[in-house]
Amino acid sequence: MYLSSLTLSHFRSHRLVRLSVDARPVAIFGPNGAGKTNLIEAVSLFSPGRGLRRAAAAEMARRPESLGWKVTGILHGTTTHEIAFSSEGGAARQVEVDGKVASQVGLGRIARVVWLIPAMDRLWIEGAEGRRRFLDRAVLSLYPDHAQAVLDYEKAMRERNRLLKEQVRDPHWYAALEAQMARSGAAIHANRLAAVDRLTEAQREAETAFPVAELDLTQTEGEMPGSEAGLREALAESRFRDIAAGRTLVGPHRADLHGVFAAKGVPAAECSTGEQKALLISLILANARALAQDESQPPLVLLDEVAAHLDANRRAALYDEICALGAQAWMTGTERSLFDGLGGRAQALEVTEEAGESRVSTVALNP
Amino acid sequence: MARLPGLGPRSARRAVLHLMAKRGMLLMPLAEAMAEVARTARDCLNCGNIGTADICPICADEARANGLLCVVEDVADLWAMERSGVFKGRYHVLGGTLSALDGVGPDDLRIPQLARRIEAEAISEIILALGATIDGQTTAHYIADQLEGRVALSSLAQGVPVGGELDYLDDGTITAALNARKRM
Repeated sequence: MYLSSLTLSHFRSHRLVRLSVDARPVAIFGPNGAGKTNLIEAVSLFSPGRGLRRAAAAEMARRPESLGWKVTGILHGTTTHEIAFSSEGGAARQVEVDGKVASQVGLGRIARVVWLIPAMDRLWIEGAEGRRRFLDRAVLSLYPDHAQAVLDYEKAMRERNRLLKEQVRDPHWYAALEAQMARSGAAIHANRLAAVDRLTEAQREAETAFPVAELDLTQTEGEMPGSEAGLREALAESRFRDIAAGRTLVGPHRADLHGVFAAKGVPAAECSTGEQKALLISLILANARALAQDESQPPLVLLDEVAAHLDANRRAALYDEICALGAQAWMTGTERSLFDGLGGRAQALEVTEEAGESRVSTVALNP
Repeated sequence: MARLPGLGPRSARRAVLHLMAKRGMLLMPLAEAMAEVARTARDCLNCGNIGTADICPICADEARANGLLCVVEDVADLWAMERSGVFKGRYHVLGGTLSALDGVGPDDLRIPQLARRIEAEAISEIILALGATIDGQTTAHYIADQLEGRVALSSLAQGVPVGGELDYLDDGTITAALNARKRM
């Protein structure tokens, strides 16, 4: 899957950028603050959700005009689609596929995007929420229906949390909401388990320079019931405790992802900074390989500032593996020399900034 | 006019100017009809349907007391059911769906009245014709939970629409249709 054209209008630091690219990886370099990440943030919109910065639509508008923005791209997968994202006057983002308004869930069935950004560097040592989000991105890319299950679960949980806060005691009302939560919650859990298995398998099968991360789906507290009926029962049993807490304490929203550096048997949280990053790269590559196998095409891969943390050997290995995958990987770095060795296997864009406006030009890489 | 659902400022302006142009033909009769409705319209005390009497024509019709009761969210849904002309029983209009976030609870929804009607009207089956949304299904589940054992309960089928092609259906609908398949 690849983009052949990408147009950004009044998107963050870019006033108007029209790019024509081919299926090869895209290396983006330029000084800090030039607008490199903004470019790949625009690509991240092709995946359902709020993009790689999790920003609201209003934040993506170019300042000081704040007129609204538009991102358009032609995406080639099993079929070709023109996809446009826009927001006007700070309103929620609108998605159009081939000129027709589409839902975020529908978008997930067309476009698959995975990414790694510097904000994830502390993923293994910070709170469970970040790891859960990282896993759910992988799940979503493998099983697009996951998005609907998550929306349904969160809607029903918000309703139940309101009952808890207002100390409503009507057991029938709780039971009705818990039935909805159990159905979507069990689907979420099953999808996550399947994705963990799929990622583990894809790491094992691959010849890679990156370390295998052994994954385990856990709960931040207590146990996650394995079935819909079990979850329904657990929610009913937890009501009194939940009323005291004012929120729901059991369910897939309390899941956590535990990672272990397999070769050393050391938990990811205790690994060195470089090793932690290497584990994440391994997982992103495994995710892309799994999609290349299951969907017979690799996803779009976004790697923000990934080259900086790797030594020259690891960097060369990463480029080789991405080229072998055939993925259109959008990679950023501060120096052109970071992409030496890619040569003709990739295309390159130089991003500079003049008077608060980003400029993008197509350049060649050193062989 | 622009505050009415379905009308934007532009279409409201058009409608108003049209009424002004045809004051005698349209505006006066409409104003009189609206004044009449404003004076006489009320919710049916029994089922929540709108009409001009305390008991709506459907509830007053003895021929429709066949033991079937169809539960709908609002009057628009009741009209949709009536358009088909297939259902010969009575209705119960909830007036919305359960939503803690919007502050709509069971007592706001004519659910207690529904329970009372089972004995009063010798209801043998309640058909839950609620939307296939989280709120609709939560409400259906709530009612089913409350009335379980007192009366037969059923819900509308979900699946392939009449005249529909599979190719155009979303995955969820196809799954529902497959699960509710019928032996031929």
